[in-house]
Amino acid sequence: MDFDLMITSFPKLLGATIVTLKLLSASLFFGLFLGLFFAILRLNKNIFINKFAYGYSYIIRGTPLLVQIFIIYFGLGQIEYLRTTFLWVILKEPYWCAIIAFTLNTGAYTSEILRSAFQTIKPGIIEAGKSLGISNKIIFYKIQIPIAIRQSLPAYGNEIILMMKGTSLASTVTLMDLTGVAKYIISTTFKPIEVFIVAGGIYLFMTFIIHNVIKYLEKKYSFQ
Amino acid sequence: MELLSFGKTGWGDELFYATLMTVAVSITAMLVGFFFALIFTPLKLSKYKTLNFVGNFYTTLIRGVPELLVIYLFFFGGSGAIMYVASIFGYYEYIEINAFITGSMAIGIISGAYSTEVFRGAIQSIDKGQFEAAKVLGINKFGQFYKIILPQMLRLAIPNLSNVWQITLKDTSLISVTGLVEIMRQSYIAAGSTRDPLFFYSFAAVLYLLLTYLSMKLINKLEVRYSRGH
Repeated sequence: MDFDLMITSFPKLLGATIVTLKLLSASLFFGLFLGLFFAILRLNKNIFINKFAYGYSYIIRGTPLLVQIFIIYFGLGQIEYLRTTFLWVILKEPYWCAIIAFTLNTGAYTSEILRSAFQTIKPGIIEAGKSLGISNKIIFYKIQIPIAIRQSLPAYGNEIILMMKGTSLASTVTLMDLTGVAKYIISTTFKPIEVFIVAGGIYLFMTFIIHNVIKYLEKKYSFQ
Repeated sequence: MELLSFGKTGWGDELFYATLMTVAVSITAMLVGFFFALIFTPLKLSKYKTLNFVGNFYTTLIRGVPELLVIYLFFFGGSGAIMYVASIFGYYEYIEINAFITGSMAIGIISGAYSTEVFRGAIQSIDKGQFEAAKVLGINKFGQFYKIILPQMLRLAIPNLSNVWQITLKDTSLISVTGLVEIMRQSYIAAGSTRDPLFFYSFAAVLYLLLTYLSMKLINKLEVRYSRGH
């Protein structure tokens, strides 16, 4: 055991954790809106809209995140037309490519979580709202969405942890996140176990925090 | 389309073999995972706190740390660990483990953590009376587990194991970083030499979709078979 390496690599890895957290928070923020959007599409009665949303989540959930990142980072740059538009400013940056890929990915999983949450809402609650003369729009925003969010908290907590692990793939498109820096230190010192303990410890710590925050929120917003 | 032709000019045959490699790694990893699950599930269900801790440590660690980091640990640390063990037995030559074994071990350990959770949940949802009845009938511990609990557990576990299979299949794409030529690595090579990454990565996505679709069909059949009588 090389404890000196563990101590010297800790600040470097901690610095890289900020990149990981930035990637995570940005993709979760955009992904939540995307997920809500697709969940609403899934509940739509129009078969084409419904099938479109289903197809989106099927494709994203059936392919590895690595493929999705590579298509966006390496693939999209190949389209000549894209290079002339303003989108190129975003797509030439690996940072934004990673965020786009993560957002699309977490959006698909979130849409599934929210959809099943919407479907578990008892019809009686909506009917009660209707009989009180509340408009459909307000029933949706003030009754259905809050209940759905509460219902989906445990599953969404898992999704946050999965996404946090997913951000490690940003290191494959040259970004120096926690895994990227860990790999760099491992390949220069050839001490994989020490670096794994420190980097893995940081990841576990983040998992622990997320897990407890979700647990607290579950308790705070429980119906009982 | 000529990019996908078989033979020297196209990438069809290379991608075909790469797909077989992905399937082979996934199956091996899944089996390695079952092996780990068979060890750690009893630990998690044990009455002893220490054994409990060991079981929980394994599943918590694996589910909280990115897959890629575990793969790097195995990739960079694998031969070192094997050589260390060999040196105890007096063997000091350089040992290199091939990428297939490193990859399936790394993914197998990850998949094992998920399988452990699935098995634990399945065993816990079996009616307590089943254990007691088996005991009363004087069936020995071995028979209790293999003849009474396991068949019932499999029926409950199959839907969740199919999720584990999907995760494992998708995780194998990460082994491409170790240089093992599976779908992702082959697409990377093809994309590099033809300068057509959009096409090859999209095709890789199609291959993965095909694999997940076909395996779902197969698992559904298994599910029907194991839920006969229910």
